[in-house]
Amino acid sequence: MKYIVCLKQVPETDKVKINPETGTLIREGVKSIINPYDLYALEAALKAKDAYGGKIVVISMGPPQTEEALREAIAYGADEAILLSDRAFAGADTLATSYTLAQAIKKIGDYNIIFCGKQAIDGDTAQVGPELAYRLGLPYATYVHKFEIKDGSLIVERDLDDGTQVLKLNLPALVTIVKEIGEPRVPSIRGKMKAKKAKIPIWTAGEIEADEEKIGLNGSPTRVVNVFSPPARGKKEIFTGKPDECVKQLCERLGEVISI
Amino acid sequence: MLYPLIDEQEMIKEVARKIAEERIVPKRAELDEKEEFPWDILKEMAQADLFGIFIPEEYGGLGFGAFENCLAVEQIAWGCAGVATTYAASGLGAYPILLFGNEEQKKKYLPPIARGEKLAAFGLTEPDAGSDAGAIKTTAVKDGDYYILNGTKQWITNAGEAEIYTIIALTDKKKGPRGASAFIVEKGDPGFSFGKREKKMGIRASATGELIFEDCRIPKDRLLGREGMGFIIALKTLDYARPGVGALAVGLAQAALDEAIKYAKQRKQFGQAIINFQAVAHMLADMATQIEAARALTYTVCKYIDTKPKDFSKYAAMVKLFASDMAMKVTTDAVQILGGCGYMKDFPVEKMMRDAKILQIYEGTNQIQRNVIARELSKEYK
Repeated sequence: MKYIVCLKQVPETDKVKINPETGTLIREGVKSIINPYDLYALEAALKAKDAYGGKIVVISMGPPQTEEALREAIAYGADEAILLSDRAFAGADTLATSYTLAQAIKKIGDYNIIFCGKQAIDGDTAQVGPELAYRLGLPYATYVHKFEIKDGSLIVERDLDDGTQVLKLNLPALVTIVKEIGEPRVPSIRGKMKAKKAKIPIWTAGEIEADEEKIGLNGSPTRVVNVFSPPARGKKEIFTGKPDECVKQLCERLGEVISI
Repeated sequence: MLYPLIDEQEMIKEVARKIAEERIVPKRAELDEKEEFPWDILKEMAQADLFGIFIPEEYGGLGFGAFENCLAVEQIAWGCAGVATTYAASGLGAYPILLFGNEEQKKKYLPPIARGEKLAAFGLTEPDAGSDAGAIKTTAVKDGDYYILNGTKQWITNAGEAEIYTIIALTDKKKGPRGASAFIVEKGDPGFSFGKREKKMGIRASATGELIFEDCRIPKDRLLGREGMGFIIALKTLDYARPGVGALAVGLAQAALDEAIKYAKQRKQFGQAIINFQAVAHMLADMATQIEAARALTYTVCKYIDTKPKDFSKYAAMVKLFASDMAMKVTTDAVQILGGCGYMKDFPVEKMMRDAKILQIYEGTNQIQRNVIARELSKEYK
C-alpha cells in the first residue's frame, strides 16, 4: 500500500490579524503550523499504515520554509516527504494548487489512497481535495471520519448534516478527513531523530512537467477583492428565567420584530 | 540557557512534555479520583518511544542514559506524579536485567520493555522488611532445573499490571542478606498471584499491590547474576533509580510552582493581584530557588552516572533526599498560596501535595537516604 498525504503549512490563524487598509493578512511574527485538518489526514494515513502496512509519502506546495512542516510530518511517522516549491507556483488559488499537486502525484505514481484534510484553516475553501480527485480521475469522499479496506475497496463513513453516509470506493481513491478520525498521535523520539536527518527533495515546475499557464497566479482565475473582519454584531437581548417563560418572551419578541 | 541540551535531548524533553500537556493533564484529576490505571496514556508513551530511553539500541531501546531518562521523567511528572511513578517503576524493574542479566535474559526481556509493550516491576519490600530490607522472608529453593519461590512482597508498584518482575528472595536463609538472590518472574508463572490492591493518599493513578508466591516454580535460568548477589543487585538498582525520584520531584514541584504563579497573578485581594504582596512573592521566590537547586543536583548526578563511575550511592541518595523534601515543601506552599482554592479538588495543587508525600517514603525513606550518605561520609573520612 502507498498512501499520499497532502498538507499545507498555514499561519496559526487565531493569532493572525487583518490589515484593514490593504485587506491582507499580517503574517509577520505569526508562527506557521501544519494545517490542523491535514494533521488529521496524516493520522488517518498512519492508522491505515498500522492496519494494512505500507508507506506514507507527504507532499506540500509552498515556499522553501514549508520544509519545516514536512519534517514535522516525518516526526509523526511519515516515511518520505516531497516539497513542491518554485517561484512560478506562487499566488495559486485552489484550481492551480490542485493542478500542481496532481502533476506531482502523477510523478510519484503507484498510490492506493490519497488523504487530504477537509479544508485549510486559512482559506477554508475545502476545494482542493475534490478538485484533486477530479484531476486524477479518482473516486472520492469528503468529510470522512472512519474507513477500512475490505475486499480491495475502501469503505468510508462520512459526516452529513443529518447523519452518516457509508460509501464504497474503488481503489485508488481520495478522501478528505475530519477531526473525528481521532487526535493525531504524539510524534515519537525516533521519528524526530529521523526527521532531523531526512532528505527532502524539492520538485520545481519543470520536474513535475507543469504547464506554465496552469500554475501559480497564471493558472488562478480567483481574485481576492477584499479581506475584512466582519463588524461586531448589533444589539443582543438575553431572556432569563425558566425555559417556558423564556420561550414565551422570545415568541412575543419575534412577533414584534416580524410585525415591524 | 541554564542547561544546554543537544538536539536529541531536546527532542526527548519535547515529546515527554507534549504527552504531559495533551494527554496527561486533561485526564489526571479523573485518574486520581477513580484510582484508574493509565493504560491509554502508557500506550501513547510507548508509541512515542519513551520506554526505551536508557535501554541500549541492541535491546530495542534508544541507547541514551540516566540524564535523558530523567529529562523524560521530569516532564511526565510535571503532568502527573502517578503516571510518572508507573513509568519510572518500569525502568526500576528493567535496571536489574540491564545491569546484571546475561545476554539471553537481556535479549528476551529488554526489547518488550523498551517498546513499552510490557511493563516491568521490582519486588523487594515485604510486610516485615521495609527499611530493614535484610529481613526479607521470601525464599527460593532450588529443585533440579527450577527454583520454587514462597513468600509475599508488599507495596509493589505496577503489581498486577506489569508482565516482568525482578524479585529478591533468599536462596540461603542461614547467610542472611548474603543469601539473597534476584530472579525474573513472569506474570502467569504457576504459583504467582496478586493480592490486595492498595488504596493510597496520592499517586493514585499508579498501581500498588501485593505479590504472592505459593510454590511458584520458575526455570533456573531466571536467576539474575549468581546466587547470593540479590542484595548487591537490589542496592545497585536503587542507586540507578533514586535520581529518577529526584527528577520526578523536580517535575512535580515545577508544576506546583507554575500553578501558584498563575494563580497569584490573577487572584485579586485588597485591590490588587496577590503576587504584589511580598509575603506571597517571597514564597514564590523561595519555591523557584529550591526547585532550581534540586534540578541542578539531579542533572549533575545523572550526568555523573552516565560517565559510569564505580560507586555513586552517596550522590544518588542526596538527589532523592533533597529533591523529595523540596517537592513536599514546594507543593505545600503552592496549596498555601492558592488558599481555599488550593485545598479544593477543582484546582490541581491539592493532588500535587498528596502526591509529593510518597517521594519522601518510597525507594528508601529519606531517613534511610541520610543513613546511606552518612555511611559513605564515614568511609571517606576514616
